[in-house]
Amino acid sequence: MTQATSLPAAPSINRRLSPGAWLTGAALLASTALALWVCEVRPAQLVTAEARRYMGNFIVGMFPPDLSSEFLAFIVRPALETIQVSVMGTLLAIIIGLPLALGATSTLTHQGILRAMPGNLPLAARVGRVLPYALSRGVLNLFRAVPELVWALMFVRAVGLGPFPGVLAIGIAYGGIIGKIFAEILEEVDPRPLEALQATGASRFHVLVYGLVPQALPSLVSYMLYRWECAIRAAAILGFVGAGGIGQQVEISMRMFDYHQVVTLLAVVFVMVAGVDALSAVLRRRVA
Amino acid sequence: MVRHTPTLAAPNRRRWWVGWTVGAGLLVGWSWWGTGIDPVAFVRDSGQVMAYLRDLYPPDLSETTLRSLIVAAAETLAMSFLGTLIAVALAAPLAIAASSNVSLTGVLHRVGQQGTVVRSVRWTVYLASRGLLNLFRTVPDLIWAMIFILAVGLGPFAGVLALGIHTAGVLGKLFGEVLENVREEPLEALLATGAGTAAILGYGFLPQALPQAVTYILYRWEVNIRAAAIIGFIGAGGLGLKLRLAVNLFHFHELATILLILYGLITLVDRVSATIRPRVT
Repeated sequence: MTQATSLPAAPSINRRLSPGAWLTGAALLASTALALWVCEVRPAQLVTAEARRYMGNFIVGMFPPDLSSEFLAFIVRPALETIQVSVMGTLLAIIIGLPLALGATSTLTHQGILRAMPGNLPLAARVGRVLPYALSRGVLNLFRAVPELVWALMFVRAVGLGPFPGVLAIGIAYGGIIGKIFAEILEEVDPRPLEALQATGASRFHVLVYGLVPQALPSLVSYMLYRWECAIRAAAILGFVGAGGIGQQVEISMRMFDYHQVVTLLAVVFVMVAGVDALSAVLRRRVA
Repeated sequence: MVRHTPTLAAPNRRRWWVGWTVGAGLLVGWSWWGTGIDPVAFVRDSGQVMAYLRDLYPPDLSETTLRSLIVAAAETLAMSFLGTLIAVALAAPLAIAASSNVSLTGVLHRVGQQGTVVRSVRWTVYLASRGLLNLFRTVPDLIWAMIFILAVGLGPFAGVLALGIHTAGVLGKLFGEVLENVREEPLEALLATGAGTAAILGYGFLPQALPQAVTYILYRWEVNIRAAAIIGFIGAGGLGLKLRLAVNLFHFHELATILLILYGLITLVDRVSATIRPRVT
């Protein structure tokens, strides 16, 4: 046999379920029952005359989309603003995330050849090196744990309506994500070229610039572009809480039951997201 | 001649970097102008944000608050769980119909056996399920929630439906990719033993696709716990609703508690998912 194929083991037909499988199944069923009760699920509500009428109105109301020139001209600005918010949000996220990422990279604070702590290092110096690492990780966790829409809701209250709270919300939430991923990329760099540089007598700065940066840069740029794709989706939604862009218009049209407009707006969002995805995919292929 | 530093010296690569740097600079400049952010105001407003965040301390840990928030957290958790469950139930059949190697070509379809009618029915089912999955996925869950709130009223049920439909679109696409990447050889081996369509699906497609599919389901559950907290904003109940009320009524200390609970809930789901995932793959 020249072809070695590894196939998943075929399930035998009269296999007995293990006690663990029974237990998992029972737990899943119990959780489902509990969740159905907690969420007050009443499928009958979906087929009441009122629900049917509403859903019918919605589907019929979507067609045809509102393609009048006044409406199209009116939504150009919010659409562009959404793109602008996504760009500025991503930029702010990098400004926030990059320094935190450097602090949260153990190979730059207290481990690896650049920063290995000698055995005779006094305790205070040890703490001094580990502390920035722990602090950066903590701040990144906090920024990341709160979804961007929640940040936006709070920032709209703090600084008022408009694109600015949207930029801040994306900047903080994505700063947390970018910081964590950047730190992971920097930590996963192959240490051997760094050691080789050090063996030639290179200074720490040179090890950093010629060893670490060239290895990490393509991944960093590529991830940044991916985050921009996510940011355009987020920016389109943030308007729901008053943070500017096309989301605000979607919310207004929904509230006014103008589904012709809703369909047009969703199509615009779709085109913008697809456009940014395509551009980012091309750039990422070139960088990687 | 051998160049030892090709990446640094190659002139067209440098031109490429310069071009894109200038492009990115223009994009940022245009966005800066459009969002009207002025650095002085930025610093001043950042002060306002800091003042706002400072007011959150200390969190409200009184018993009445905690009791109502724990109920809300249970609602959010249940919403994410049921939404993901409904999504799986909807996505599985749609993904099967939308995978070309299951519904159109491949070992399940013997050459020359299909008439025109059968073929057109298959194509209709295939295209319809693709279209449906695209529709489910393209409309954001927040919009689905607004639709279902009007249809079935305020409360977590609308949130469950919204998460279910949107996630079905996402999972359907991912399941479809998994199914289309299934290897042909085991399927052909089954066919050679005389296995029927059901047996090929159950013993050929399923064992190959299941581990990856379960990973995707768990990943979407992690996404949905965050989404469930957010669609609460517009009336689907749970922590999101409490959060919006606390923000609008300036109940800072309760807001801090809600953020803490949300943080705990998201961490819990991430941990559970991270524990299960390595066991299935």
